[in-house]
Amino acid sequence: MSQTLDLSTTSRTPFSRLVKVELRKSWDTRAGIWLLAITAGLAVVVMVIAMITFAVQDLPLDFGLLMATTTYTTGLLLPVLGIMLVTGEWGQRTGMVTFALEPSRTRVVLAKLVAGLLLAVVVAVIAVVAAVLSNLLYGLLSGSDISWDLGQTSLQGFVILQAVSMLTGFAIAALLLNTAAAIVVYFAYSFVLPIVFAVVAGLVGWFRDLQPWIDFANAQTPLFDWSISGVEWAHLLVSGMLWLGLPLALGMVRILRAEVK
Amino acid sequence: MMSRVITLENVTRRYGGFTAVDRVSFTAQPGRVTGFLGPNGAGKSTSMRIMVGLTSADEGRALIGGHRFADIPNPSRHVGVLLDASAQHAGRTGREVLRISADTMGVGRQRVEEMLTLVGLNGDEAKRRVRNYSLGMRQRLGIANALLGDPSVLILDEPVNGLDPAGIHWMRGLLRSFAQGGGTVLLSSHLLHEVEMIADDMILIGRGRIVAQGTKAELLQTQGTYVKPFETGALDQPLAAAGITFLPSGDGGVRAEADPVDVGRAAAGAGVVLVELRPAEGAGLEEMFLQLTAGDAREPVTNQPPRPVGPQGAPR
Repeated sequence: MSQTLDLSTTSRTPFSRLVKVELRKSWDTRAGIWLLAITAGLAVVVMVIAMITFAVQDLPLDFGLLMATTTYTTGLLLPVLGIMLVTGEWGQRTGMVTFALEPSRTRVVLAKLVAGLLLAVVVAVIAVVAAVLSNLLYGLLSGSDISWDLGQTSLQGFVILQAVSMLTGFAIAALLLNTAAAIVVYFAYSFVLPIVFAVVAGLVGWFRDLQPWIDFANAQTPLFDWSISGVEWAHLLVSGMLWLGLPLALGMVRILRAEVK
Repeated sequence: MMSRVITLENVTRRYGGFTAVDRVSFTAQPGRVTGFLGPNGAGKSTSMRIMVGLTSADEGRALIGGHRFADIPNPSRHVGVLLDASAQHAGRTGREVLRISADTMGVGRQRVEEMLTLVGLNGDEAKRRVRNYSLGMRQRLGIANALLGDPSVLILDEPVNGLDPAGIHWMRGLLRSFAQGGGTVLLSSHLLHEVEMIADDMILIGRGRIVAQGTKAELLQTQGTYVKPFETGALDQPLAAAGITFLPSGDGGVRAEADPVDVGRAAAGAGVVLVELRPAEGAGLEEMFLQLTAGDAREPVTNQPPRPVGPQGAPR
């Protein structure tokens, strides 16, 4: 009869299992499955619209253009996916169960992060497949030669941008722990902030030198065509630390310390 | 079976200037159902969250079988937890809620079906979304979730809340057989009768402090007699003359701090006609609960609905 509970019968929950569970949680609710379906569906719909527009105007459409349209649509909804992965545990208070099953909150949050990245990759793959099919279809219907020219669009840049947009949503969500607030802040962050930066840079001389280092949206632009080089990497890294790294770090601290109730 | 004991040692948790849990120490023993009783806001839930690491303690420590909860690998295989039956995603079905937990724990899907059957969420109910569950059904789901990992310790916060009398009866049987199998059960409640029905041991908490603990038999034991004379007040003089302390119970009767035989003798000696004379059992624990928590409860005792038996304004 020992004094302590015998723990030899159990081992730590493997990380892969935590990731699997987080992936399941992302689609096993109506909100989750609809968000995923709409993200994938919208990418396809926008491509069809692009095809029709180009067909009507009798313009040449290539693979690169189709890919470029997708970046915008998935970029809108992937961050929401990242947000919901995190805030779901707080809004629905399932964190009380989740963190009782796995007391290491760091592992749970990392599992969510990995699940989010996997979903971003899946969405990216769906988008690429949709673009390939659209391009084939357009070629067949228009009777013109099918162009596989990626033009300005870079595939690795595309995948990285998808991941970054998901991560940004994830980071803000970790900081705010509230779905609505995180979505509002994300969109203010990615659409209003660049405009503010541009205006201020136009008005204030010295800010123009600072802007590339703190304007995360602008720093991501050379990823589209993978023309990124030299100091642009530094811009991306520094602004990314500021707008993605910092909120994620602060958010992690908050999640680790927060009382779950 | 020391290995399954829940131990709290001087656990304290403050929120600003408010001390929610104040140097709480107790143990819950294996093979027994321990009731954690106190009015709302007394610190029960905070104490339980501290036990499973969802809230950190400012001082002291909570151990389960000698370990901090966070140090137990795959803890749900040892400790079943239900902290809030409503803390479930409203959009998931009952079965899906259990599947997620089962996947995390690494127990099979078969176990999910077994637990659904055990708590009586069969067929159609398991397919419904938690949003459409009554509180009683959520409690059953929460119990299934806590039992899923086949634990040896159960920590349940207000598990009987929302259950109908049949449900409470069922819960009593379930927890009793769990304890008889050598398991440790700690359950909280703000309703005395629930705990009285289910628990072997009791811990009473008020305003963050433990005010009493012991076996139910110890705590239920009351030295006293309920006696009701035909004429109200007719016993006051004879009892005082016999040196028996007593208190009016508000319904014409009195509660006397003496054995029924002594009270009967005093009444007979004075020729007072009685309509009732019996040991003051049953209400004893309730009286103590009210006494012990009256000063500590959020609401004064005078706001309680009138009770059929028992003294009004009992002394502290």
